[in-house]
Amino acid sequence: MKLLEIVKESFITLRLNKMRTGLAALGIIIGIGSVIALISIGQGSQFAIETQIQSLGANLLTINPGAVRSAGVREAPGSNTTLTLADAMSIKNSTTITTINSVSPEFSRRFQVIAGGNNSNTQITGVYPEYATIHKITIDSGSFITLRDVDSLGRVAVLGPTTVTNLFGEGAAVIGQTIKINKQSFRIIGVTKAKGGSGFNNPDDTIYIPLSTMQKQLAGVDYVSSIAVEAKSPDVMTDAQNEIGYFLLGRHKITDPAKADFTIMSQSDILNTVSQVIGTFTTLLGGITAISLLVGGIGIMNIMLVTVTERTREIGLRKALGAKKFTIITQFLVESVILTFVGGIIGMLFGIGISLLLSKILSFPSALSLVSIILAMGVSGLIGIIFGWYPAQRAARLQPIEALRWE
Amino acid sequence: MIKMRHIGKTYAQDGVKTVALKDVSFEVSSGEFVAIMGPSGSGKSTLMHILGALDTPTSGQYFLDNEDISKLDDDQLADIRNQKIGFVFQSFNLLPRTTALKNVMLPMAYAGISEGERRAKALQLLDEVGLSDRTEHLSNQLSGGQQQRVAIARALSMDPKIILADEPTGNIATTQAKEIMEIFSKLHRQGRTIIMITHEEDIARHAKRVIVIRDGLITEDKKL
Repeated sequence: MKLLEIVKESFITLRLNKMRTGLAALGIIIGIGSVIALISIGQGSQFAIETQIQSLGANLLTINPGAVRSAGVREAPGSNTTLTLADAMSIKNSTTITTINSVSPEFSRRFQVIAGGNNSNTQITGVYPEYATIHKITIDSGSFITLRDVDSLGRVAVLGPTTVTNLFGEGAAVIGQTIKINKQSFRIIGVTKAKGGSGFNNPDDTIYIPLSTMQKQLAGVDYVSSIAVEAKSPDVMTDAQNEIGYFLLGRHKITDPAKADFTIMSQSDILNTVSQVIGTFTTLLGGITAISLLVGGIGIMNIMLVTVTERTREIGLRKALGAKKFTIITQFLVESVILTFVGGIIGMLFGIGISLLLSKILSFPSALSLVSIILAMGVSGLIGIIFGWYPAQRAARLQPIEALRWE
Repeated sequence: MIKMRHIGKTYAQDGVKTVALKDVSFEVSSGEFVAIMGPSGSGKSTLMHILGALDTPTSGQYFLDNEDISKLDDDQLADIRNQKIGFVFQSFNLLPRTTALKNVMLPMAYAGISEGERRAKALQLLDEVGLSDRTEHLSNQLSGGQQQRVAIARALSMDPKIILADEPTGNIATTQAKEIMEIFSKLHRQGRTIIMITHEEDIARHAKRVIVIRDGLITEDKKL
């Protein structure tokens, strides 16, 4: 009997028992569905993090004041005063540091901003022109802070698009208008393009002013809150980190690197850690769903065993009419593989639906990969073979007379 | 065609041995119509199973078509059943919820015959048993007599050497039973070999030879 005919006949048999077929496939549907949903959400968030690394600049190093702490933990801004503009300038002009492109000293603090009748507490960042290139800020209209603005303590400001919306309304023409930051007047000279982002350090909800104006007239400090450095390429990140580290240790007259009063972090270091955590999480959840697939497989085996018992007479008859062991095994294996495979396809659609729904509701990224779909299909087919094997063997071993006698 | 030499069958279950057939020897030639009779427990069903290659004897030899099939394995026996024997059972044993046509086609499917050929042959056989208007009926939509006629068409589908009928009228109303027996008589006239098990005298009367079996031994073998 040809395989194609067996497959056709199996479909008919399964259709005749819709309820049983549906229940048997349910376990696989849920199992494969959750696997697909999890993998696509996991891969989606990993992909999103990679994109974030790209947007932050893969060759960005950030020097922060303060002692070395566990990865990623920073003290409150302003609590450390060990980094100065002079540090930044000497890093920039140093002949021993050869692996960097540009240096951007920065100082950020939140101030009350008033424009017209609107009042808002906004992050103000004092910058050098290099800030825009290093942090990949692009100008939508007007211009960014220039070196002349910095040198002349210019009272000029560049606004993020969200800030514009908050203060003036969406898309308002603001170039040339005046805003008051901490009761001091600033003329708006530019608006940045939306960069995307949210939360505390949203680049779109920031006002950029010259660093000199920030230090001397707004905050009244002589230190910077961080220095961003762009390395020449992602490959020389470690070299740049080392060169800057030893240079600053020398400048700060510290001999023991463990006692350094600054930390140098690369953005990708932090994001790598985050994506590693997500990866572990995905694996863990994947393990749990693997268990649900196992349970689904046992469900299939259970149903197939019931089917074999129920159809003992039919199996006996088929054998009496000339069906060989192999034919009977194939018939039952094909049935269970169809069950798991169809269950797998439904589960896959279900999983895709869930991941799309989740990504919409939670604005969580989801990435459907062909690999995960092929994997899920392969796994569901394999489950059909593995868990269908024993029932199929039982069916094939039935003796025709025993089976025919069975009522 | 059929040669049985000192066939014995002993069942061993849970350490208890039951002798079903002691020593049975007989021959059936091509074209004969034989009825095997006997009370229940006489061993006639066991004999039927061995004749039908559904079971193997524990002793003796069984030659079917000059081939000793008492020592064959399961798959070889499946081929014998498929190609040389046509079964007609007391309880019809059609596939449930399957059309008459598909039921008749099934043995040919196991033989690997192409779908078109199977269909043509099955339609022809269903016509022969008078069911040409019932080919697409599901087996459970047919009466007992009709079901048994489908079963006979199925038994003929592979042009077997012998037709084995086990109480073919046992589950059928009397009028329909007569029709069934007429079909068997017709098949006999066409020259087919038929071996039928029955405990009813008037059914056995359709045969041309009666073998009576009792306590695992043949007690009578007479031509009618």
